[in-house]
Amino acid sequence: MSSILVIAEHDNASLKAATLNTVAAAQKIGGEIHILVAGSGCVAVAEAAAKIAGVAKIKLADAAHYAEQTAENLAALVVAHAAGYSHILAPATGYGKNILPRVAALLDVAQISEITAVDSPDTFVRPTYAGNAMVTVKSADAVKVITVRSTGFDAVAAEGGSAVIEAVAAAADLGLVKLIGREITKSARPELGAAKVIVSGGRGLGSGEKYHQLLEPLADKLNAALGASRAAVDAGFVPNDYQVGQTGKIVAPQLYIAIGISGAIQHLAGMKESKVIVAINKDADAPIFQVADYGLVADLFQAIPEFIAELG
Amino acid sequence: MRMADLKILVPVKRVVDFNVKVRVKADGSGVDLANVKMSMNPFDEIAIEEAVRLREAGIATGVIAVSCGLAACQETLRTAMAIGADRAILVESDADLQPLAVAKLIKAITEKEQPQIVIFGKQAIDDDANQTGQMFAALMGWPQATFASKVVVANGMATVTREIDGGAETLEMKLPAVITTDLRLNEPRYATLPNIMKAKKKPLDTYKPADLGVDVTPRLTTLKVSDPPKRGAGVMVADVKELVAKLKNEAKVI
Repeated sequence: MSSILVIAEHDNASLKAATLNTVAAAQKIGGEIHILVAGSGCVAVAEAAAKIAGVAKIKLADAAHYAEQTAENLAALVVAHAAGYSHILAPATGYGKNILPRVAALLDVAQISEITAVDSPDTFVRPTYAGNAMVTVKSADAVKVITVRSTGFDAVAAEGGSAVIEAVAAAADLGLVKLIGREITKSARPELGAAKVIVSGGRGLGSGEKYHQLLEPLADKLNAALGASRAAVDAGFVPNDYQVGQTGKIVAPQLYIAIGISGAIQHLAGMKESKVIVAINKDADAPIFQVADYGLVADLFQAIPEFIAELG
Repeated sequence: MRMADLKILVPVKRVVDFNVKVRVKADGSGVDLANVKMSMNPFDEIAIEEAVRLREAGIATGVIAVSCGLAACQETLRTAMAIGADRAILVESDADLQPLAVAKLIKAITEKEQPQIVIFGKQAIDDDANQTGQMFAALMGWPQATFASKVVVANGMATVTREIDGGAETLEMKLPAVITTDLRLNEPRYATLPNIMKAKKKPLDTYKPADLGVDVTPRLTTLKVSDPPKRGAGVMVADVKELVAKLKNEAKVI
């Protein structure tokens, strides 16, 4: 039977939701599931992880040099505790993508990136070419090192489990990098990756000013996260962490509203798994309409205020 | 380390052009690459540009582009040299080169060339793996700054601002180090005709994986390639009123 180690994503205070989707992928593989919580002063995270349904054990590595969660130190820790595991999983977020390839290289195995389905304990499905080709790959390595795309797996329940928490030894501090600053955008809105509704804007909005003026009241009404196409980011309307697409965030909300977004391949790659897609664009030929459940050809500057008014 | 020695190595990959919508072959064996336009991976172009800027600023002394793959990767290397790389290395192989194998090949080249910085694109737009830079860094035991949006190199140190979920962070590390590029790092220049002509005369060395003592045997076998699930056809609505009614009553999402 498989034995699976899931790397928890957290900020030393709370567990990130993508960890729950990663545990869901581990359950599809089948076997005993352990979670590694590495951080500093992160006991609360380990306690939260212990409640996740279907998890047998939490390994807690609490040391000052894990506070910043740098890839170099975390990868060394994971490798130090890798013995006995057939699978090592992490979320395919900026966090997991930074760390896990280092783990794979140190173990001299391949990494299987961003899986969206599990066919068997050694065979997985992953998107390539911006999601235009789904590849089924079989791994010949003794240890399967895998990042999990959250949108491919429904989150497991955050409550109901009662895993044991075991403190494990920290690995040595490699001292290779120093964090000199971290700026997290403060927002009262839901996180892009976890939002049920996303209002996303493209170059059709014309300017950053118009983007905020039109989309923020709509997002407020719908309690939505704000997203953007790469074109809108490149044009400087909004920062890069708004970007939805192949090279930005991959999202799958209940409702995705694409406003003034033409629908480039790389954008569609990031949102086409959404449950319901709405496209509003003045160009009737825009490719976004091919993936939309509901399409409206209209002038944005009239339609969006109308939309807000109609929501009451 | 004398600053006079600061070489930058930039691995570049030849991929299907980002404007091409690939088609999955009917037999499920792969994607159809016949007569498809190939280009340099866009993130690698950003990597070359950053390296060339560091040399132009007098910080780096040389920029070497390296590509692993078919003989046709020479074109990609000529493009890198037209942007400004001083010379190029091709590790020629017609094997399916997976990220771990490429990381090992780049390690072998690094041991020959002794660069202080290796700048990778964060991911290739064909396999979307996002692994090679991190794997290489681990094999070398070097620090890494992935998804970089700003790079400052001075006094044997790199200070790199990188994109993280929900914001940005800045890391400081001693060279040698690995950087992987995100979109906002820079806007690559267009290669001018005179520079394209000059690039043809720049040196290009070729090795085989066996010359470098690297086993490139694939670890992953592709069993099948298929089209992504198609979304059902949607409907066009006449106005905002109808849209909101449908979202409320039909889709029940608001």
